Amino acid sequence: MTHLTLNVNGSAHALDLEPDMPLLYALRNHLGLNGAKYGCGLGQCGACTVLVNDKPVFSCLTPCAGMEGKRIRTVESLGTAEEPGELQQSFIESQAAQCGYCIAGMLMRAQALLEHDPHPDEEAIRAHMATNLCRCGTHLRIIDAISRIARREVPHEQQ
Amino acid sequence: MSNNDAVGFSRRAFLRGSTLLVAFSLMPVARRVLADTEVDTLGTVILAPDLAGSLRTNPYLDAWIRIDPQGILVYTGKVELGTGVKTALLQIAAERLEVSPKAINLLTADTALTPNEGYTAGSHSIFDSGTALFNAAAQVRQLLLESAAHRWGVDLALLKTVDATIHAPSGQTMSYADAVVGVDLHRYAQQQSPAMAPQAFKLIGHSIPRLDIPAKVSGGAAFVQDMRLPGMLHARVIRPPRPGCRLETFDSEAIAQLAGVVNVIRDGNYLAVVAKDEWQAVKAMRLGYESAQWSGGEAVPDSASIHTLLKQLPARRYPISHTGSSSPGGTKTYRAKTTKQYLMHGSIGPSCSVAWFKDGTLTVWTHTQGVYPLRAGIAQMVGLPLEKVRCIHVEGSGCYGHNGADDAAADAALIAMRSSNLPVRVQWMREQENLWEPYSSAMVTELEASLDANGRIGNWAYELWTTPHNERIVNAGRLIPARLLARPFASAPSVPIAQPEGDGDRNAIPLYEVGATRIDMNFVTQMPFRTSAMRSLGAHINIFAIEASIDELARQAGVDPVQFRLSHLTDPRARAVVEQARDAFGWPGKPAAAGSGVGFAFARYKNIMGYCAVAVQINVHPQTGEISVERVVTAVDVGQIVSPDGLRNQVQGGIVQSISWTLFEQVDYDAGGVRSYDWSGYPILRFPQLPQDVQVHLLDQPGEPFLGAAEIVQGPMAAALGNALADATGKRSLDLPLSRARPVA
Amino acid sequence: MNRRTLYGALLGAGVLAGVCALLILWRPAIEPVTVVPTFDAQQIARGARVAEAGDCAVCHTRPGGKHLAGGLPLVTPFGTLYTTNITPDAETGIGQWSPDAFTRAMRKGVARDGHFLYPAFPYLHYSQMSDGDIADVYAYLMSGPPVHAPAMENHMNFPMNIRPLVAFWNLLFLHTDPIVADPSRSEQWNRGRYLVDGAGHCAGCHSPLNFIGAEKSGEYLAGGSVDGWDAPSLLGMAVRAQPWTKDQLVGYLRGEVVAQHGTAAGPMRPVSLSLGRLPATDAESIAEYVLSLTSSEHVAEVTAARQAPAAQQSLGESLFAGACAGCHAQAAPMRVIDGRPGLNQTSALRAASPRNFLQTVLQGIPALPGKPGPAMPPFAASLDDDQIIALAAFLRAQSNPAQPWPDLSATLHDLRQEAK
Repeated sequence: MTHLTLNVNGSAHALDLEPDMPLLYALRNHLGLNGAKYGCGLGQCGACTVLVNDKPVFSCLTPCAGMEGKRIRTVESLGTAEEPGELQQSFIESQAAQCGYCIAGMLMRAQALLEHDPHPDEEAIRAHMATNLCRCGTHLRIIDAISRIARREVPHEQQ
Repeated sequence: MSNNDAVGFSRRAFLRGSTLLVAFSLMPVARRVLADTEVDTLGTVILAPDLAGSLRTNPYLDAWIRIDPQGILVYTGKVELGTGVKTALLQIAAERLEVSPKAINLLTADTALTPNEGYTAGSHSIFDSGTALFNAAAQVRQLLLESAAHRWGVDLALLKTVDATIHAPSGQTMSYADAVVGVDLHRYAQQQSPAMAPQAFKLIGHSIPRLDIPAKVSGGAAFVQDMRLPGMLHARVIRPPRPGCRLETFDSEAIAQLAGVVNVIRDGNYLAVVAKDEWQAVKAMRLGYESAQWSGGEAVPDSASIHTLLKQLPARRYPISHTGSSSPGGTKTYRAKTTKQYLMHGSIGPSCSVAWFKDGTLTVWTHTQGVYPLRAGIAQMVGLPLEKVRCIHVEGSGCYGHNGADDAAADAALIAMRSSNLPVRVQWMREQENLWEPYSSAMVTELEASLDANGRIGNWAYELWTTPHNERIVNAGRLIPARLLARPFASAPSVPIAQPEGDGDRNAIPLYEVGATRIDMNFVTQMPFRTSAMRSLGAHINIFAIEASIDELARQAGVDPVQFRLSHLTDPRARAVVEQARDAFGWPGKPAAAGSGVGFAFARYKNIMGYCAVAVQINVHPQTGEISVERVVTAVDVGQIVSPDGLRNQVQGGIVQSISWTLFEQVDYDAGGVRSYDWSGYPILRFPQLPQDVQVHLLDQPGEPFLGAAEIVQGPMAAALGNALADATGKRSLDLPLSRARPVA
Repeated sequence: MNRRTLYGALLGAGVLAGVCALLILWRPAIEPVTVVPTFDAQQIARGARVAEAGDCAVCHTRPGGKHLAGGLPLVTPFGTLYTTNITPDAETGIGQWSPDAFTRAMRKGVARDGHFLYPAFPYLHYSQMSDGDIADVYAYLMSGPPVHAPAMENHMNFPMNIRPLVAFWNLLFLHTDPIVADPSRSEQWNRGRYLVDGAGHCAGCHSPLNFIGAEKSGEYLAGGSVDGWDAPSLLGMAVRAQPWTKDQLVGYLRGEVVAQHGTAAGPMRPVSLSLGRLPATDAESIAEYVLSLTSSEHVAEVTAARQAPAAQQSLGESLFAGACAGCHAQAAPMRVIDGRPGLNQTSALRAASPRNFLQTVLQGIPALPGKPGPAMPPFAASLDDDQIIALAAFLRAQSNPAQPWPDLSATLHDLRQEAK
């Protein structure tokens, strides 16, 4: 067991963990965060996607050791069911979910794109999201939800 | 030659040695045996054959609706699989109770609380449960009005309801909760329900946002995977390399010494590890896989000759349709042999279950499609009386049919029984889901159809070979864990689902007017791989084969393929979706660019459910052979639409999934084993391969029966792709998946 | 000599120099064609095989771009250039190129309009191909769908942004002719050499380059680098510490995961996928030829450096369990079902330099859309440098315990810089 401090969604959490534990299990079982999901544990489906220092990573393959000092963000950082954030609201507006199991991973993957490139075109969205699988076939609505944000005008104070 | 037993048209489920036979034989009043349809199970007996939907099997009104001062509880025996059905059923109930959706708490399948509606499958949910609620809710409201009218001494016709409150002209009000005091809802529903004109619907036919999506986009506890119970232990199973293997050696001690491990279970060929922390369980499982030594095991067939093998294995031959008399020698004939490979459900979240054996009762939280049959199977497996086992549905990831959910629940049950009254969570690994879920059967079909002297379809002969599409839980032996125990359970014999629903033969009968039919199914009972139901069952390949043949016959007749279809369809709703798709697509609308192709297809699901026509434009790169889907136009008719957006979502999803199945998917295997143990070995469609443009046209039929939506598009989408590919390349490809094995030269 | 004669001589020399310069630096344009003949299906099919062997699409297609429409950036020591559109588009591709124009480009590195092509396009090798193969690949290219995709602007450093200077480079290095079979060798060996030296242009990556980017003479296939990856020496492969059998090399060349070596990653992966689409006899021929090549040099022993500290070993083991074991552990499905080798049995782990191992960890191995095959996710964002170094040391200790990599930290630092 190792004593680690993880910075998750802006708060520091002191945890006693086995250092080889992938971040996914620390988030779900030790911090009670349901967003990131186990889909394959092999870095092939993206259901576990979270942001580490603004980059999307597969939390199922990211050991906790070495996560100290990094900024970890999960879907819970974007907003809540009662007060969804902009991107989440766009997904709700597009009703971009069927079973919804892949959706938290999709949101974080998309968030990484929009932070890097606020106005991606559809080809860029498709290419960026290719790492994440959806088995229900909700892709069209996911693109719709992301595009809605991509098409937004930049507010004047940010120009 | 194969070992065929000829079976007549009526089939019964034979359950030799099954305890469920007892329950079955105690119900002599049943007028019809339901055991061989997809959604009904033994134990669901028709008590009231004249009632609508699931009211036939669950006729008491209070089985569906209860009202008390806390609010309105609505029960359904169906479950949310990700189709949005929970919201749709809520809409129906709220509409007919004439309350706001927010006033209702909807509970889905729970063996302790809800009606037994068999399985959530076969596109039956709105058909069965929606219809039941549509009527029950209206009748309950009517009873409440009668109660108020009686108490006030007022004519019922003068009363109104607003927000779960009854209003009298005098201004008096009575809440539903008060009104129900004078009503006994424990009574049979009636055949007639109060009428409501579709134009008056405020909820049905309107899209209301799904109840479950806000939690799913924000990390709410939405899935069985998210359940956390006090003291919950984490378990993992260790499976043999393949069925039939025998465990020779296994070092339980070494695993038991790992940090956090509280139990190592070995029972015959059944292995599981239990730990306090989930990651500890994973590591213990890994050591378990390293330690276990196995011998034997059923041989894996050779994939190159699987279709030849299917035609040689023992099978029962069922006649599906023998109509008309074969006319001598049609002028033009088309013959086609069509094949598909084994497909995987490939649920994005591998199966998971939580179970707790406490105070003599075993509770299992599971994403099964059928809590009642699962309960019976688990009870038999662990040796508990039925009433001591409770199965509660909690959502999992999309299952698209019979996946590993029931087996994972059995794992959780077995382990919970040995876990000192603590709750246990079992999560399957990706490779366990890929290797142990029941696949969708590989199939081979042979068709011969001909045109008569007038250029119309004359003879239609079709034969198909398939392993079962319905290996659901009719006894404990249908559960994989039960087969691995030291005292294993044997699986009940396989029985196909009868027509008109169909099994591997689903949609084998064309809806088109043909002269004579000779349609037969060879139901292969010896399974090279375990197979069971997957979204649309045999319809995927059958519609593919039929629609390919229609196109070829049209070509021989010198007629446009859409026109040819219309000239053989009399059902006006069928014609309507065909015409809508044709017009919206601008058929044929084929671009000039090299490699372009357009294709059309139509089917009515099971010939009794939803209608769907699809037109597709693809491009086949002349050099790389890569198939890109450019635009898809579909028109669907599912009767009275409950939620237009929900319907659209299902159709869009079905289009994308069917494209993936049809172009890319097959389980890869050879003598060394199944190679598709993860996504790299079973690639599915990703974002860059999506169609560029998808249009869905909904043809609403206000007031018409609900027909179900979930599976209507799988077959037509596949068939339209096949026809477009033939148009693009000039060559007819009849072996699925369509894009595999494209050599350079 | 009087002044007039001197001036006349100087003028004559100047004219002569000017004519020479012109002859060297200038090439005429070849007339554009407006009507391209149709080719028979068999020739196009043969041409498709030549294109696979030559890896045309690997360079001439950008990620997410249309087949052969160009736009892939090639980062060279002399700047970045973008591959051109070789679809038969009249305006932006080679749609107006006659067979002669195409052949001149393949053999002489000169475009239809007379401008010199940068030798990143391996015409030194393509010039060794037969007339028949060049004609066939022309048929293949001209039969594809034309794509409108204008060439992207190159960013070459001075003086290489002056294209005519390539002429001098050609003067020095373009001395190659079509390969003639060696009658003392088998047909398969000759076919292998033809593929390696011609269309396959293996030496373009697998030979060291001199300071002006030409293959060093005398060091044919002795090892090079491309896109930050090591292209190992192809000499003496049959007699190394971990030798290559013919079966292993054929499997590797066709994109499979082979025992004792692993699978092709990085820039070699697309090459192996192309070879996988050709008849197996082509890879067998290449293997036959390559395994016949001997090395006169003894591969330098890496001097043993200090062992990795115990704490780092245990960190490496931890990281392996958390990040790698799902796929790479002994009882993982790809090991048990597919029989893939343990990491300690792979060429990348056993190489003298950790570069290729580190690159594989950083970049992963991309999956082919819609097709099954080996795939690995990238770890650049989820593992930091200390973690990767610990992992590398831990795994190296299993394959070459007496030869720990001495330069892990420096190499990883370089790779991170290159990735920016």
